[in-house]
Amino acid sequence: AAAPRAARPPGRAARGSRAAARGARPRGRGRAPSSSPRAWYASPREHEFFEDGDVQRHLYLQDVLSQVAEAPERPRVPEFTCHVAGCCQVFDALEDYEHHYHTLHRNVCSFCRRAFPSGHLLDAHILEWHDSLFQILSERQDMYQCLVEGCTEKFKTSKARKDHLVRLHLYPADFRFDKPQKGRGPATPGASQNTAAEALGDDREPSEGEAMEVCSEPTAPSPAPAGGRWTYSHRIPSTICFGQGASRGFKSTKKRNKHH
Amino acid sequence: MWSRRLSRLRPVVCGVEELRRRRREREAVLRKARREQQLVSKRLLREDAREEAGEGLVVAILGEVEVQQFLRLAQRGTEEKEREKALVSLRRGLQHPETQQTFIRLEGSMRTLVGLLTSNQALLQLEAARCLHELSHSEQSAVAEACLPATSYLLTYLSGHSSDFIELCLYTLGNLIVESEAVRRQLLPQGIVPALAACIQSPHVAVLEALGYALSQLLQAKEAPEKIIPPASASSSILGSTLPQHMLQLLQPGPKLNPGVAVEFAWCLHYITCSQVNNALLITHGALSTLGLLLLDLAGAVQRTEDAGLELLACPVLRCLSNLLTEAAVETVGGQMQLRDERVMAALFILLQFFLQKQPSLLPEGLWLLNNLTANSPSFCTSLLSLDLIEPLLQLLPVSNVVSVMVLTVLCNVAEKGPAYCQHLWPGPLLPSLLNTLAFSDTEVVGQSLELLHLLFLYQPEAVQAFLQQSGLKALERHQEEAQLQDRVHALWQTALHR
Repeated sequence: AAAPRAARPPGRAARGSRAAARGARPRGRGRAPSSSPRAWYASPREHEFFEDGDVQRHLYLQDVLSQVAEAPERPRVPEFTCHVAGCCQVFDALEDYEHHYHTLHRNVCSFCRRAFPSGHLLDAHILEWHDSLFQILSERQDMYQCLVEGCTEKFKTSKARKDHLVRLHLYPADFRFDKPQKGRGPATPGASQNTAAEALGDDREPSEGEAMEVCSEPTAPSPAPAGGRWTYSHRIPSTICFGQGASRGFKSTKKRNKHH
Repeated sequence: MWSRRLSRLRPVVCGVEELRRRRREREAVLRKARREQQLVSKRLLREDAREEAGEGLVVAILGEVEVQQFLRLAQRGTEEKEREKALVSLRRGLQHPETQQTFIRLEGSMRTLVGLLTSNQALLQLEAARCLHELSHSEQSAVAEACLPATSYLLTYLSGHSSDFIELCLYTLGNLIVESEAVRRQLLPQGIVPALAACIQSPHVAVLEALGYALSQLLQAKEAPEKIIPPASASSSILGSTLPQHMLQLLQPGPKLNPGVAVEFAWCLHYITCSQVNNALLITHGALSTLGLLLLDLAGAVQRTEDAGLELLACPVLRCLSNLLTEAAVETVGGQMQLRDERVMAALFILLQFFLQKQPSLLPEGLWLLNNLTANSPSFCTSLLSLDLIEPLLQLLPVSNVVSVMVLTVLCNVAEKGPAYCQHLWPGPLLPSLLNTLAFSDTEVVGQSLELLHLLFLYQPEAVQAFLQQSGLKALERHQEEAQLQDRVHALWQTALHR
């Protein structure tokens, strides 16, 4: 597999003399030496030359296999409550709190309290679910953006986008973060059941949000499918700031709800 | 900056001899795997269950009923703590291959796990991710491939913010990537490259190291040179993304350089360069100057600390530089992109000395770079001479045949540059060394010695006399029957006798 200009590096695999491999110029008393210096390229995959380096690399990878002393090293702190108003979750380790915060409070839709794993998905959600302008525009042009980062395709309908996600991007048909909207009111727990619930033959998932609530005021959002119920609170505590407030208008609502 | 890498290994319980034996065993296994082109390694992040549970290292195998119970409890339990505990028990059980098999054979188990992974209960999510991670690490394809339904979510979570969680997802993805082409055929359309390109901007060191690992697995794939690395136009390809620039940034020496992170990305860069898809692009991004500076940095580190592990970074850096130097683009790109002669030469020799002490098996790779530096560059040859590096170079001759051939090749590179260079080669220790190597039994070593002699005689004719006086002809005689060497022996003989 040597490139035309490269000679094989020396070593156990070398076959024949190197000069011959490169088409040497005639030897003898001529001015030029029989083999001219050449910088050679080598691909480790084939050559024994690189065996040791590669083996070292893999020993290193495999050494990380030893137990990582994580949990015991985590400093335990006195119990504290999540500072987001209305959330009563209690923690005794900062790392646990970090993950909780990012999962439940970081990318939260201020309209319907659904939490999303990333700002990207939150933006898409707000645009598609809570922006009337979007609805109007989508009648005339393709507005539903593909959810895969890096893909710039846009579609006329949510369904068309889902087809694209499934066919091109090999996403599961029941991808949790792309549930179609089913009107504005609380919908019946319908066809879009969470598949985990189906697995064990239970209807549990849509009501999971409530069941997990430890506190009475359910401000922790439920990312349940459209079949789930909204847990909308009219009283937004003053400690929560949504920028210009939760009112919707024709202005772009995109940037308002990000927690920084 | 180069202080001892934060070791994430537990203190060892067994003796040093035992360790050495295990390591030799594993090395043998790895070598064999490499020869069969089956060299695959996965990484495992695992909480120290022993310390938590207070029991021995033995992990109980879970039966089907228990797995089902734990899953059910995790999903439907009323008490948060209860659900968590159930999932933790499952996760511990999954450390055992038998439990893994049981799990994947149980209908609906993966769907339940994915449901827990995507629930909004943070600790359940984390535990579910840990379960997946255990499965991803399995050596059995069926087990690893059972994780496929979760990949779209793992990728989605890469654009989240919880660094521990992202780290876990990345190691899991890395393990899955290396599993099979089938897995990669799913991950690529799912957008793994753009996801990684977004994630690489994270400030968290642990995330970056994990990302480097995952990326290195992707780049090592057989089909990488055709399907993953090119073309430069598509954002879903490595070269079309911003990954190369970020990688190089993470390799810049300085106070922010993290050795663990650097090792991963150096290997990533190596897989890209040796695929030869578009090395010119890497050079325009400044790969040569970054790597050159990193080489200088490494040489400095080697002199300051006794830290083992630097060769883990040195190896891929040397390989990248060597391969990049073969690019035609190197000639045309001037100024800053070029490596500055003397310092690089000195740094390389410091590393060669380091290898000689700590890791002689890496000497050929270091000498390969030396060859590529000196082959077409008179100025690097000048540096070699002016820094008095001929002697240190000759000291490497006894190490092995491969090393000898390379040392002699480098010397040929120097000698070929003409009389002005040969004048520095003789008089000196070179000739006696050559007479030594002529006595080697290895044909290649002798052949290369003959090449060097030829050059020496050509440009420094006075050396002939000395050669004859030191029984050079006798040394030649020994090889006149050897088919591969005959012509050269004869030619030299003639030259020696007729000058």
